[in-house]
Formats: sequence, structure tokens, C-alpha cells
Amino acid sequence: MLRKDLDIIHNWIDPQTRVLDLGCGDGALLERLTREKQVSGYGLEIDPAQIQRCVERGVNVVEQNLDKGLSNFADQSFDTVVMTQALQTLRFPHLVVEEMLRVGRECIITFPNFGQWKARWHLAVSGRMPVSDLLPYEWYDTPNIHFCTFKDFEVLCQQHNWQIAHRQVVSESRVSGLLKDFLPNLFGETAIYHLTR
Amino acid sequence: MTTEAQSQTPRNPAELPANSVGLVEPQSHTFAGPFKLACGRVLDEYTLMYETYGTLNADRSNGVLICHALSGHHHAAGYHSLDDKRPGWWDHYIGPGKPIDTNKFFVVALNNLGGCHGSTGPASINPATGKPWGPDFPPLRARDWVHSQAQLADYLGIETWAAVVGGSLGGMQAMRWTLEYPERVRHAVVIASAMKLSAQNIAFNETARQSITSDPNFRDGRYLEEQTLPRDGLAVARMIGHITYLSDDGLGKKFGRELRSGTFEQGVEELVEFQVQSYLRYQGDSFSGTFDPNTYILMTRALDYFDLAREYDNDPVKAFSHACSKFLLVSFTSDWRFAPERSREIADALMHANVPVSYAEVESAMGHDAFLLPNERYEKLFAAYMNNVAAELQGEAR
Repeated sequence: MLRKDLDIIHNWIDPQTRVLDLGCGDGALLERLTREKQVSGYGLEIDPAQIQRCVERGVNVVEQNLDKGLSNFADQSFDTVVMTQALQTLRFPHLVVEEMLRVGRECIITFPNFGQWKARWHLAVSGRMPVSDLLPYEWYDTPNIHFCTFKDFEVLCQQHNWQIAHRQVVSESRVSGLLKDFLPNLFGETAIYHLTR
Repeated sequence: MTTEAQSQTPRNPAELPANSVGLVEPQSHTFAGPFKLACGRVLDEYTLMYETYGTLNADRSNGVLICHALSGHHHAAGYHSLDDKRPGWWDHYIGPGKPIDTNKFFVVALNNLGGCHGSTGPASINPATGKPWGPDFPPLRARDWVHSQAQLADYLGIETWAAVVGGSLGGMQAMRWTLEYPERVRHAVVIASAMKLSAQNIAFNETARQSITSDPNFRDGRYLEEQTLPRDGLAVARMIGHITYLSDDGLGKKFGRELRSGTFEQGVEELVEFQVQSYLRYQGDSFSGTFDPNTYILMTRALDYFDLAREYDNDPVKAFSHACSKFLLVSFTSDWRFAPERSREIADALMHANVPVSYAEVESAMGHDAFLLPNERYEKLFAAYMNNVAAELQGEAR
């Protein structure tokens, strides 16, 4: 995960709250939230190597496949349900977001923007699916099976009546960083959405 | 639930593996009663056999308790003599540099009350009659073990365990510890366990018990007095158990349909015997020579009776809301006796109760027995968790 989105998520989460991190990766976010904001919570992860890293850094991690839903969690049992850079790997992303808003009072979702100019350029010029540093997989062997653009995601939010409390767009490169505020769907690399019911 | 040891008979101490705790000596202590049991009956006194590995630190904070499963005992690691063919039952995970690192922890393993390896149990002499207890030995629950283990901790000067660790029935004891003595357990490691057995599990245990009690030599459990032994019944009980501790896949990989003797050729009368048959018979026979049938009945009953949340309105979340420990849970994909679902139920209850927990579902073809056997992921995960347990102690000592 980019350092920048970590910072933003960190700012959006209140101290001493209960956080569930879906697809928590190596547990960096939860570790920082626990240390700096005294949150309590759990990460859900499916990759054994990532689970190992979470345990090594003392982060609570539970092996669970998000595609099988969150039916083991009670309604509104967490303050915030976070999911960073995992939306595009899910079998049914919309169902998981629905579940996130059932389990949490609010949710924070980040995902890579497939509408960013680099991806568009790659597809337009080479005629092939984009492969980049951020998305290094070939189309036939990728965990990322449901790419979307910022616009796509916002249409989904509208259709489901999910309220976008905040949206922040980040970009690592300097030029894109300057332009992302004007044309986020073209220049933003990653979006961070703060959703409520 | 024994492992197949491939090791050669050690000849001299230098030949013992470098990461072994080496030669160990069992100890015993007799606790003066009265010791009141969950069933209401009272033991005037009882003896526990135990072994320790590693060194208790100055502030007595590095104790790790190993709770054994159905057929386990105090000999969890190392060797009793240089002639031993195999080390203790959990030697793969206890020793210098192993997940339960004896360079860092003071490890205590015991034979539970009711056992048959030196602790007071049905094969011991009942002081009231001067004869073996046999079937008159009081029924036990996991909580009785926990309370007697707490007395052992007191005796050893351990106020708080750095961790209480157990697989299967041992995991049930670890969970019970966190509810009976929440302040005395920093970490609980619960491996291939469950908050209660399923009907299918109880059914297997009942079949095993019936096998023992229907052996003509059982004599209503008074076989020691009558100087017989229901060996055949116990062997079959063990064979039933053993099948359920392995997976279809695991047995298939190990034996397939390979023949040990005989042939299917026409005209040959020699009886066909599959490898798996002789393996199972060997398991049954060797077990029935070393284990007390009444203890087997007692232990399987304790397993059946265990229900973590029974006195917490059958609500596991309510039960675990009393716990102050942190938890590591591990299950194995091919374990159908204590299936991953059972561990997930524990994880869910702990998360609802806001108790720190990590849970991993480890890929293995070895069934329930996987918790005793080498497995790279399991080993690494277990080691990482225990490493943090040790680091926590270091941090506080500074």
C-alpha cells in the first residue's frame, strides 16, 4: 500500500475505536492504528505469507476468505470496516461493500483507478491489458479480477444508496499529483472512499 | 495420537539431536486434598507426574504449560534414556530453537489426573479400599484438570503462565484455563480444537468405549483386580480413533491399496492383507499394551462432556468475555475430527468478545494428527507467535 493512503486512512479513524481490516495484507495499517490511535481490531487475510507477517508484528489476523461473506460478524459490531486495495480481487465486490456497511458504522475503501491515464494509454496504444509497477500482473494470472474506475465506483455507490462521506485521490508521481484534483478519474492512481449508509 | 518416529536408537548423548532438550527425567508431586471435583466427589490426595524443560526465569514469568490430548502424557519432549527409539510426543515443537523454545521458556508438561502414566487415575490404588480404583474412579471434566494444573503451577511457583498451549483435548483445557483463571494466562494457543464435540465425534467415542466394555476381559472395569486386561477391546478402540485422526487422503497417500501379503491370483488360497490393515493392527496392539482401558473411557468421556459455554448461558461470546488472554488458533484443512469450522467458531466468539486472536487454517493432508507432525507453515507461524510471547516478557523485565 502507498504511504499516502495509509496516512489518510489513519486521519479518518477515531482513536480507541473498533476496526476490522479486510484483506489486511502484512498488517501495517492495523499495527500503526493500534500503536498511535489505540484502536482494537482484527485483520482478515487469506494469503499465508501475509498472515505470517501479521503474526510476526503482533497484529491480530484471522484467516478468512472475503468472497464467502462476513456472515460471521454481527450488524454494526465495528466502528469502521477498512478494505485497502482488495476490492478489485473480489468475486462480488458490491456484495462485500454491502456487508461492510452492515458490519461497520462506516467503511473506508481504497482501490487502484483503472481509468488513470497510464492504463488508458497502455490499452489505447499497445492494445493490450495494462501491466505496470502498481499492477504488475498479466491478465490471465492476476488476483485483480474486477477493475473499475473512480466513476464506475461512484455509479455503484449511487445505485446502492451508499453515502460518500469523503473521497481523497492520491497519486505518487508529481505531475499526476498536481493534476489529480482537476481530473481525478484521469490522473488519480488510488482513491480512498469513506462510505456510510 | 502418536507420531511415527523415524529416528535411530541413540547410542550416546552426543548422538541426540542438537535441537533436542536431551535426556529428561520425570518428576512427581503428591498434592494434599481435599480436592473437590466438578462431579461433586472429593479426592483426599492426588499425584501428578510432570516434566520440565528449560529454566524458570527470575521473575517466574516464562512458564509455558503443555496440556495433552486424549492419549498424551508428561513426556512431551526429549528422551528418557539413550535407548529410547523415539522422543516425547511433541518433541517436534518443544526444544531449543523450536517453536516452544526451551532457551526462552520454562516448559511444564504433565500427565493429567485420571491418566495412566504415573498420575493418579483408575489404575492407581484407591486408599479407601486398598484395591485399584478401576470403574470407581470419579468421572473428570476438563476443569478438574485445569484446577489440578493450577495447583501444580502454585507448587512450581508460577503465578502466571506466559502461555497455556494444547492441541485437541489439550486446546480445550487451554480455553478452560482462560475462563477459570483469566489472570493467570497471558496467551492461550489452541490447536485443532473445538468448544464442544459434534454428535459424530461423540458417536466415534462411544463406539470406542463400547469396544472396550464389550471385551469379555473388561469385567465391569475391574480387570486389574481380576488380573485380566481387555486388550483386544482397547486395541479396536484405538484403531477406530486412529482412523478418525487421519484423513482419507492421508491414508491413501501412505498405504493406497498396497498389499502386505497374499495375492488375487486364481487358485492361490493365501489370505490377502492390505498394508493399512497391518498398520492399524500395529497401532492398536502397541497402544493397548501401554494404556489403561479405564483411563481411555474416562478421557473420552471428559472430551464428550466438554462444552465451553455451558454455564455461560450456552453463549461462547459471554464465556470469552471473561478471558484476559490473547489467543492463537490453528486448524488443519484435512482434519475432519476437529474441523476448521470448529476453530472458526472459536475465532468468531473471541472476536465478538473483543479478545485478541489470530487464526490460521493450515494446509495439511495429515488430518487431526497434523498438530503433532512437521508442517512448515504451522511451525513458522507457531514460532513467530511464541517469539512475540517471549519478547513481551523481555520488554517487561527491562
